[in-house]
Amino acid sequence: MAAAGAALAPIIENRLLLPPNAGRIRCSSSARGALVVRGAALSEESRKNRSSALKAVAVKGEAPNLTTAKSGHEILLFDALREGLEEEMARDPTVCVIGEDVGHYGGSYKVTKGLAEKFGDLRVLDTPICENSFTGMGIGAAMTGLRTVVEGMNMGFLLLAYNQISNNAGMLHYTSGGQFKIPIVIRGPGGVGKQLGAEHSQRLESYFQSVPGLQMVACSTPYNAKGLMKAAIRSDNPVILYEHVLLYNLKERIPDEEYVLCLEEAELVRPGKDVTILTYSRMRHFVLQAAKTLVERGYDPEIIDIRSLKPFDLFTIGNSIKKTHKVLIVEECMRTGGIGASLRAAIVDNFWDFLDGRPECLSSQDVPTPYAATLEDATVVQPAQIVVKVEQMCQGLV
Amino acid sequence: MAASSLASRAVASLSPSISTGASRDDAGSSSVVGFHKRSSAFTGRRVRISSGHGSSAAHGRRSCVVAATAAPVKESPPKIADALVTREEGLELYEDMILGRCFEDMCAQMYYRSKMFGFVHLYNGQEAVSTGFVKALKKDDYICSTYRDHVHALSKGVPARQVMSELFGKATGCCRGQGGSMHMFSKEHRLLGGFAFIGEGIPVATGAAFNTKYSREVLKDLSVDAVTLAFFGDGTCNNGQFFECLNMAALWKLPIVYVVENNLWAIGMDHFRATSVPEIWKKGEAFGMPGVHVDGMDVLKVREVAKEAIARARRGDGPTLVECETYRYRGHSLADPDELRKPEQKNKYAVRDPIAAFKKYLLENGLASEADLKAIEKKIDEIVEDAVEFADASPLPPRSQLLENVFADPRGFGIGPDGKYRCEDPAFTAGTAEV
Repeated sequence: MAAAGAALAPIIENRLLLPPNAGRIRCSSSARGALVVRGAALSEESRKNRSSALKAVAVKGEAPNLTTAKSGHEILLFDALREGLEEEMARDPTVCVIGEDVGHYGGSYKVTKGLAEKFGDLRVLDTPICENSFTGMGIGAAMTGLRTVVEGMNMGFLLLAYNQISNNAGMLHYTSGGQFKIPIVIRGPGGVGKQLGAEHSQRLESYFQSVPGLQMVACSTPYNAKGLMKAAIRSDNPVILYEHVLLYNLKERIPDEEYVLCLEEAELVRPGKDVTILTYSRMRHFVLQAAKTLVERGYDPEIIDIRSLKPFDLFTIGNSIKKTHKVLIVEECMRTGGIGASLRAAIVDNFWDFLDGRPECLSSQDVPTPYAATLEDATVVQPAQIVVKVEQMCQGLV
Repeated sequence: MAASSLASRAVASLSPSISTGASRDDAGSSSVVGFHKRSSAFTGRRVRISSGHGSSAAHGRRSCVVAATAAPVKESPPKIADALVTREEGLELYEDMILGRCFEDMCAQMYYRSKMFGFVHLYNGQEAVSTGFVKALKKDDYICSTYRDHVHALSKGVPARQVMSELFGKATGCCRGQGGSMHMFSKEHRLLGGFAFIGEGIPVATGAAFNTKYSREVLKDLSVDAVTLAFFGDGTCNNGQFFECLNMAALWKLPIVYVVENNLWAIGMDHFRATSVPEIWKKGEAFGMPGVHVDGMDVLKVREVAKEAIARARRGDGPTLVECETYRYRGHSLADPDELRKPEQKNKYAVRDPIAAFKKYLLENGLASEADLKAIEKKIDEIVEDAVEFADASPLPPRSQLLENVFADPRGFGIGPDGKYRCEDPAFTAGTAEV
C-alpha cells in the first residue's frame, strides 16, 4: 500500500481486512490489456498536478498520518465533528452556527456541546422551529460576509428548507452573475436509524443531488468527519455535510495536529483486486463487515468510501474500476433516484470500456422506512447481501 | 421615537392623500404617454430619438414622461409644512420616481419589440414606495426585493444601463445576463436580489440584518450599522416565511424594516379573498413590533415613515412592519391580461398617481418650477434611451460564460478521470464541457 493510502485510511484495529497472501480466488476478468494502474487511489503526480494548478484546501498526502503523528487521541465521531467546528470557530470569528437546540441544549446529537458557553449565544444561535427561514437567514448572512453552519436537527427537517437550499444556496451565486458567494455549510444527521420511523429515516442526499451549485459530502469515521467539517467550513461553496444518526458514537484515534481533508476526494479504505465496492456513510461499515467474511473466503475486495457525493471523485473510482473491472455500489439511498443511480450512470459514461459486467448496486427498497424492526432491517442493505452479491460477481454469475 | 407614535402616525396617514385631480389616459398595456393639454402644468410630448440603427422602428419612440394633470381641484389640500423636504431632496425624489416610471414604460415597449423575454413585472404606480424608502437609506444599507425589482434596483443606485442590459440578457447586465428580470443583484449597491418565489427573499434580508447585529456584538465592529429593507407584496403576507421572519427579527431585535407593498392583488387573487385579516400592519403587533400603515401613493408620507422605521432599526430598537397601500397600474406582469380588476378601482388609484401628486406638491410649495421638472424629465428620458442603446449594442454572453459562476470555488465540479480537477479542463473555459 502506498504512503498515500496509509495517510488517509484511519487505523482500523481489525487487521483481518488486509488480504492474506495465499488462497486468493482468481476472478474471471477478461484480459483487456487494460491500463496498468497504481494501487493507490492518488498518485504523487496527480497530487502535484492538483496542488500546483490550484491551491487545494487540503491534499490527501499532506494530512498527517498516524505513523508520523505525535500520539493522536481517541474520540467519538460526534466529538470529532465538534472539535472540527470548534477549531474553525476559534480560527475565524465569522464562523457561526444556526439551528434548533444547538446552543443551550448543546445539539440533539451533542455536536455543538459547550460551544455556546465558549462562543456566546449569537455565534451558536438557538432558532425557533422554522427551517426554511433560518436556513435562508443563514444564506443571507453568508452572502453578506459570515460563514454560517446551519444544522438540521434531522436532515429530514431540511425538506422544509428545500426552497432556500435549492434556489438560494445552490443557485444564487449563478443568478447573481457571481456577485455573491454563499459559504454555508448545511449539516445534520440523516439515514436510517434504529426504528425511528419513516420521517426520521430519510436520505436527503437523493433529493438535493440535482441542485446545481451545491457540493455534498458524507462523513463516516471520526477522522473524516473532522476533516470534512473543517474543509466544508473553509470552502466558499455551499456544502451539505451528511452525518448518520447511528455513527455518532463511533470511536477512533485521530491526529492531534490540525488537518483538513479534501472535499472532492474519495477515500481508499481497503485496497484489493477482485471487485470495487463503492460506498459511503453507514454502509461503509456494513461493507467492512461483509469484507471480513469475503476475505475469509478468499476474496480481495477494494473498498472505496466515496465521501464526496457530489461531485464524484472519478479519478479514484476510475482507477479502481480499471484494475478490478467490476463495481458494486452499496448505498442506503432508495433504489430510485439515489446516489447509486447517479453513480452508476457516471461509471457507465466514463468507464464502460473497463467493465466486465454491469455496475451493480445494492440500495434500500423504495419503501417508507417501517417502524417494526424486522421490516426496517428488510428495507436496508445488510452485510449478508453484500457478501452474496460480491461472490456472484466474482464467480461471473451476474 | 416610541412605537406608539409610529402607530398614531399610522392612523393619521389613513386620511386621504393629496388629491391632484390628475388623470391618466392609459390604455392598458400600451405606452403611458397622455397627450392632454387641459392645463398648462405639463404636456406629454414625442421625442425623436436618433439611433445608429437607421430603421424607422427605432425612431419615434414615445417619451415615457408622465401624463398631464387635469384642472386643479377646487378645495385646497391640507398644507404640509415646508420642512418636510428641501428643494434638493424634492428634486431627488422626483427624479427617482420619474426614472422608475420612465424605465418601466420603456421595458414594456422593449418587451413588445422582443428585446426582453420571459416574465417581466412592472412597477408603475408604486414609485412612491421605492423612492420614499430607498432614498432614506445610506449607501451601506441593504435592500432585498422580489420579482418586481427593477425600480428598487434603480432607486438603490444600480445604473439604468446595467438593469436594461440584464433585461436584454446581455453580458453587460448587472448579473451578466444570467439572472434576468426577476433576479437583479448588485454587490456594489447592496441589492440582495431579485427573487422569483415570493417570500424567499425575506429570510435572506433577515440574514443580512443578522449580520449587522453579529458584526456589532460579536466582531465588535461598531462602524457597521447597516439597516436592511425587505420589500414584498400582499400575497407574500400569507406565506410562512413572512411570519417566521417577523418572529425572528423581533426576537433578536434585528435592524430590518419589512415593507409590504400592498397593491391589493396577487396576480388575479384579490387580497380580500385571500386574507382572513386584511390589515397587514396589524400583524406586526402579533410579533412584538410596530405595525404601520401608510399611504403608498404619497412619497412624502412614505418617506416620513421610512425615516422613522430606519432610524429605529439603526438605533438597535428592532424591526418595524410597514404596510404601504399602493397600486400597480399595469397587470401583474406583461403577460397578464389584467381582466379581473374593475375600472372603478383602477380609476380610484389612477387619480392618486404618486408622481403627479408630488409634482403638484413641489410646484404649489415653490420648491421647483415647471422648467426644473421638465429638465429632470428630459434628463431621465435621455438616461433611459441611453440605457436601451447600451443594452442593444452590448454583446450576448458567450458560450464560455456558461459554467463560470456555478460555483464560487470551481473545484466543486470535482476531479475528472484523469486526476485533474475538471475546471482545469480547457473545455470548461470554453463552456463546452459536460458537467
